[in-house]
Amino acid sequence: MSAIELTTPIPNEQIAKLKAGDPVLLNGTMVTARDAGHKYLIENFVEQHNEAEQETFDKLRGYLENGIIYHCGPVVKKEENGSYRFISAGPTTSIREEVYESEVMALFDIAGVIGKGGMGGKTLKGCMESTCVYFHAIGGAGALIAKSVKRVVDVLKIEFGTPEAFWVIEVENFPCLVTMDSHGNSVHDRVAEESGRKFKEMLDR
Amino acid sequence: MQQTSIEQAVYDMVKQAATVLPPDVVEVMEKARGLEEGDSTARMALDTILENIKLANEDAAPMCQDTGWPTFFVHYPPGWSTARMRREIEAAVAKATSDNILRPNAVDPLTGKNTGTCVGVGVPTVEFIEVESDKVKIDLLLKGGGCENTSAQFKLPDGELSAGRDLDGVRKVVLKAVYDAQGRGCGPAILGIGIGGDRAHSYKLAKKQLLRKLTDTNPEEELAELEKRILTEANQLGIGPMGFGGATTVLGVKAGVAARHPACFFVSVAYFCWASRRATLVFEDEDNYRVEQ
Repeated sequence: MSAIELTTPIPNEQIAKLKAGDPVLLNGTMVTARDAGHKYLIENFVEQHNEAEQETFDKLRGYLENGIIYHCGPVVKKEENGSYRFISAGPTTSIREEVYESEVMALFDIAGVIGKGGMGGKTLKGCMESTCVYFHAIGGAGALIAKSVKRVVDVLKIEFGTPEAFWVIEVENFPCLVTMDSHGNSVHDRVAEESGRKFKEMLDR
Repeated sequence: MQQTSIEQAVYDMVKQAATVLPPDVVEVMEKARGLEEGDSTARMALDTILENIKLANEDAAPMCQDTGWPTFFVHYPPGWSTARMRREIEAAVAKATSDNILRPNAVDPLTGKNTGTCVGVGVPTVEFIEVESDKVKIDLLLKGGGCENTSAQFKLPDGELSAGRDLDGVRKVVLKAVYDAQGRGCGPAILGIGIGGDRAHSYKLAKKQLLRKLTDTNPEEELAELEKRILTEANQLGIGPMGFGGATTVLGVKAGVAARHPACFFVSVAYFCWASRRATLVFEDEDNYRVEQ
């Protein structure tokens, strides 16, 4: 099974072709966001539009239109010249963003979200409505993924702390698997159903 | 052996634990890789994990960005000051954090502020155990937050699962924990099981099992059998690495028992991600020490 190579910005037609179970290699720009980031986006740009945060909104929109959000709280080193380098940067558990994600997808017309553990029905519906997919990275592969990060382009909201800030990064050959596609298919639902059936059998042994 | 500073030695142990996976775990994972079909996403996931382990080792970089919740078990000779050892352990953890070996993982629940040092109220967790030995020995676990979230505690009997107050009941609830975790705990996992105790001791007992090597055999025959059976059945669930589906859901199962209150029967499951980081620091004398995995 050879991986499909994708480069941001990824047009909707390309996203629509992806199927749950496809391995992919991602290239281009992505933005990390986790709990504080998602909460901030909803509170400032969905529930209301906070003019005071317009500059951050414009920057994020520039990076995220047909772009990618990465659920990640990295270990980052600040070099002596003030630049940043990713040391370890695997995915964090995505389900914590379930309440926010579909709205964030629609807000920026995002192409994909990367994380681990999969997401629920609300996000799956969001994937269908916004032509978006969920990419599953390999949980814990922090050293390997940090190697695929070629450059830290920008950092927004550093005051959230290193793990929670929006890190804008450029990646090469970032390995992951489509586990939720834009047609309502989810590897997670399938595996949960099959393992659930086996679990019930085991209870009776 | 007179009390001596343990700060540098603890720093070295933390660094090794965060960057090098114990060889017994790597070996089991390599074997598991061979059991997955050649073209499967399960094998792809295990290949990526194995490659990541190699890179982390070579670059002395944290294998996972979540460097976990540092938990120390300090076995110390009579007469040593535990207050001094705690200060030195905290200093070593703070230094490892500023050197990017540990991620700052201590957040104040009231203010939401990260202490920035990985030191805070209750972290690092340190348990002091006085022993009849003249040498100090320290065990360390670095367990991530994702797999701590998928860990679980049950009380038997459990009517819904028809799990009674016996080892078969234990089997059922442990399998339930594995099923519930799906791919969210970064499997393939190592399961520490604590049977008995009050709620607090039960979970600690489960966590302590994670210090055992995968190659060891439980001296308690009944428990050894239980471990084997759960390992087989958990893998039959087919959840696979990362929950992608596949033959490798669990790499090892380790169970321990403690006395229970007549009215209580707790079973705790400490679900450890594949990045099951553990290390032991052994002192030869005041100046010489080594880190074992």
